[in-house]
Amino acid sequence: MLNNNDNNLFNIRSIYQKDPTLSILVIALLFIILLLFVFFPGKVLTANNFESMAFQLPELGILSLAIMITMLSGGINLSIIATANMAGIVSAFIMTRMITESMTGSPIPIILLAILAGWLVSVLIGIFNGVLIAYIGVSPILATLGTMTLVGGISILVTKGYVVSGFPEEYQYIGNGIFLGIPIPFLIFLGLAILVSILLRRTPFGIANYLIGSNETATRFSGINVNRTLVITYALSGLLCGIASTIMISRFNSAKAGYASSYLLITILISVLGGVDPYGGFGRISGLVLALFILQLVSSTFNFLGLSAHLTIAIWGLLLLITIGLRNIKSTSI
Amino acid sequence: MNEEILTMHNISKNYGGVHALKSVDFSIKKGEVHCLVGENGSGKSTLIKIISGVVRPEKGAEIIINHQRENYLTPIKSIQKGIQVIYQDLSVFPNLTVGENIFVNYYTKGGIQWVDWKNIKNVARETIKKVKVNLDFNETVGLLSIADRQLVAICRAIATNAQLIIMDEPTSSLARHEIDALFSVIQQLRSAGITVLFVSHKLDEVMEISERVTVLRDGSKVGLFKRTEIDDKKLSYLMTGKEFVQKKLSEKVENRKALLEVKNLSKKNEYKDINFKLHQGEILGIAGMIGSGRTELAFSLFGMNPPNYGQILLEGKQVHFKSNESAIEAGIGYVPEDRIEQGLIMEQTIKNNTTVTIFEKLLNHLKMIDQKKQQSTVQHWINTLSIRTSSIENPVKTLSGGNQQKIVLSKWLATNPKILILDSPTVGVDIAAKNSLYQIMRELSQRNIGIILISDEVPEILYNCHYILLMRKGRIVETFQPEEVTEKELNDKIIGDGQDE
Amino acid sequence: MSKMFKKFEFFLFLVIVALIVFFAFSTENFFTWENLLDLLISYSFLGIMAAGMLVVLISGGIDLSFTAIATVAQYIMAITIIDYSGNLFSAFLVAGIIGIVLGGTNAFLIYYLKAPAMIITIATLNLFYGFTIFITRGKWIYNFPDWFNQSHNVFSFTAADGTYYGIPLPVILLVLVFILTYIILNYTMLGRKIFAMGGNIEAARRAGFNILGLTIFVYSYIGFLSGIGSVGQVLILHSVQPNAIVGRELEVIAATVLGGASLAGGAGSVLGTAMGVALLAIVWNGLIIMGVSSYWHKLIIGLIIICSVGINAYNRKRKA
Repeated sequence: MLNNNDNNLFNIRSIYQKDPTLSILVIALLFIILLLFVFFPGKVLTANNFESMAFQLPELGILSLAIMITMLSGGINLSIIATANMAGIVSAFIMTRMITESMTGSPIPIILLAILAGWLVSVLIGIFNGVLIAYIGVSPILATLGTMTLVGGISILVTKGYVVSGFPEEYQYIGNGIFLGIPIPFLIFLGLAILVSILLRRTPFGIANYLIGSNETATRFSGINVNRTLVITYALSGLLCGIASTIMISRFNSAKAGYASSYLLITILISVLGGVDPYGGFGRISGLVLALFILQLVSSTFNFLGLSAHLTIAIWGLLLLITIGLRNIKSTSI
Repeated sequence: MNEEILTMHNISKNYGGVHALKSVDFSIKKGEVHCLVGENGSGKSTLIKIISGVVRPEKGAEIIINHQRENYLTPIKSIQKGIQVIYQDLSVFPNLTVGENIFVNYYTKGGIQWVDWKNIKNVARETIKKVKVNLDFNETVGLLSIADRQLVAICRAIATNAQLIIMDEPTSSLARHEIDALFSVIQQLRSAGITVLFVSHKLDEVMEISERVTVLRDGSKVGLFKRTEIDDKKLSYLMTGKEFVQKKLSEKVENRKALLEVKNLSKKNEYKDINFKLHQGEILGIAGMIGSGRTELAFSLFGMNPPNYGQILLEGKQVHFKSNESAIEAGIGYVPEDRIEQGLIMEQTIKNNTTVTIFEKLLNHLKMIDQKKQQSTVQHWINTLSIRTSSIENPVKTLSGGNQQKIVLSKWLATNPKILILDSPTVGVDIAAKNSLYQIMRELSQRNIGIILISDEVPEILYNCHYILLMRKGRIVETFQPEEVTEKELNDKIIGDGQDE
Repeated sequence: MSKMFKKFEFFLFLVIVALIVFFAFSTENFFTWENLLDLLISYSFLGIMAAGMLVVLISGGIDLSFTAIATVAQYIMAITIIDYSGNLFSAFLVAGIIGIVLGGTNAFLIYYLKAPAMIITIATLNLFYGFTIFITRGKWIYNFPDWFNQSHNVFSFTAADGTYYGIPLPVILLVLVFILTYIILNYTMLGRKIFAMGGNIEAARRAGFNILGLTIFVYSYIGFLSGIGSVGQVLILHSVQPNAIVGRELEVIAATVLGGASLAGGAGSVLGTAMGVALLAIVWNGLIIMGVSSYWHKLIIGLIIICSVGINAYNRKRKA
């Protein structure tokens, strides 16, 4: 007889058993909120802060989605930041070159063109990664470190290190606008999170992605086209980077070759904290989202406390180590 | 007269709820050749791992070596006490040379000691000579065949002047003359006062080489016997607890429609001039030693190893498979030899492992997987094949070997195949599950599915096939009707006389 | 295997010769003693770290935090020398010890936390680096004592025409490090065990190897080399620049992989690594001398890395 826990929504024990990671994250989140409430009342948990968090968190969240799907497949995409920057630069160039003060008519078609061009570039980079990894057999670490350097190099060459800025108001709306009281980036992120979650858990591609992460050979023997799946994974990862950059450059109102370099570690941290198995094969979007919220809250608190950015990143490193340590303790007790 | 070199009392080991060993007492006399015998799942591998220190027994265990008593061993302690194990998976270093591999146990003497390459060469040369084999000690082990790697592993154990050498199923890839050489080395060791523990389930070898035999079954010790007290039949009965009467298949299948026809199939360095037909409902056995090309042939039939020459005809039409996807679509399924690496995705759920081959068939109108359909499909196979599990969300590694193999079968049966290729399907499967699998095979053949059974076990082939092919060095050298030949005859034919080596 | 290997190293050698010839003919400033010595000096640091990376890769691991370890070592060494007293020996000693300690920390984490070394060392990279910059506020350090700033040359002599020839200390260090690494890997049991571990870790465990001990050695070694190499770097630049080293991890890994090391472990050689470093150094130097705008550099290096790892991987795939 199959377990029928699905019906017991209010059976807390069975919920915990079904997914201990998720439960621990929820508890941790509530705990942090409680701490903030007690020690910094009215300082961090303000409506204002929530709003600015809701603006900042999405780009990090989408980049985390981008790295998570590659980690699920047993690899990793170290080029996510470089890809995002490149996509942003492409969009920025199109907008700044083609939209001039004296033009008549709406800039929106050009904005759309710019956005799509950026996405196209990021997907191409992703496909390049996928081909290197799946068809040529380069290890994901090397392949994506390589594309990170190559794409970073192209970005530098093309921008000569300068910032490309000055986008039309309509474009800035994407990163700074509000719809029905919710910041637009946040809506985009939520939408993507739901889409990717469904993709991963309910489509053949998504499940194959998990299976490859656990055992590529056996998956191949079962008739799954592993190479094609991996290329799609890395292409999708690239696309997500492109979407993240669309939001990013809108918020910064500029694009540059070296933005967000500290994000890479944080996206890995969020993924691992959210339950992604660093060796591949396991991990859920819901965990990632919770981890994202936790980190954003902690980050805002650090901001509020005036902690230096460098100390913050050191703490992220420590936190990643602690998270991995806790995972081990958990798994040995099962 | 002989004192005991190793005595073990009250050895138990539990894995989760499974009792791999139940309070086993075991002892070996110095200088003897002792055989440890048992079916898959009998606990003999676990016992070996406890002796070699890789696994710790439950509390209350006692291990006495040379009058020193311990509660458990560690790898280094075990080695220091003079115990060397030749593992079934060989445990060689593929990136090092033969010479270094043979020498490797000297490395555990500790410290930043200097490597004397000359010494390594000498030790290696000596050992290779002893075993009378042809190995180039400068060759990288990763480039060697499995049979040669096995020889390297054996040389390594012999090179260290161990007191007790444990060989875990060492002859699985050896040809007759190599087995003879190994047995004569074992005799040499014996006269040098070294004790040999020989683990095997091949009864004829046990009868040939052993002085005393310990039989394990289901984690318990069934008995300790002198070789003179037992014979093949009695051993088999002790190992399995059952008298097995296996009946050969009697149906005539040659007149049925040919599902598969292979003509002059060749692949350079792997197999040559392969010709045979597989009829509807036929179980075709392919016997042969490791290295005879059977698995390579199976890969080619499954689309994973395109042949250089020849034809494959499926129901009369010629096919060229570019990948296993096309083979699967054409109705062929393949149960691989290596269940752990190739057959199943151990960490993932039973549900996903069973349906991985048919995701496309489970889609709803939104192109997403219909959960209900998926669950009911899996449940169907679990019921049909009598697979025991508490939940299909459990990782497939929680199942027993036999049940795992049934999941592999399920995933192929779910594709509604016309042909099933089974490559050594009962390795690591206990006797009850084995028979269950044989039963399933017969039922499948009743449903007109054609089965190719590749196996190293003579009884398995003899009693479950309509027709038998024997492959050696890539060619089909003989064919048999099962009623024409006895177990012993078939066994002898498979091993051959090694003259063409 | 040795034959196949010789083929690969030979091929690499040909590429290097081809590049040298190319640059020598494209610009007159390339093939001069000064330039080649300059090249050697500026790439000595990378070379030393590559030797450490080689050992780590052979063992089957990887380390992304070594640049941070180098930075920490530099700072602490500088503070020790400037605020307290010291000499060249104590400078190397301090940096070396810091490297060993931090590297050893990596080793324990990797062994006990049971997660991929890559992720653990990304974490420690940020931990070490972030903390250091936080404490030091990213200050550059210039004010080294005079005895430190003078040029340290070994085997120096003044020729008849008054020209002063000498081999700078960092270069000697590079050579010594390569020799030491070669001896360890090929002539000590420790080195051979590292190869074995990289080839089949389960077999190594069963053979009774002390896996923890080997792991500690491997990561401490790269830590140690990063430490003393960083001192060499400071000797050349006469200053500690906090953000000069972090970010160059890929160059070091690429040099080692170019030279034949595999990320899967069990393979690699000192000669190959030396050639990998030489290749990158020559390309970098050549581009600068030829006046190629610096905006192209990252791109070209990235391209070279991708091409070479691609070719390597494809060949390996075809052989399997």
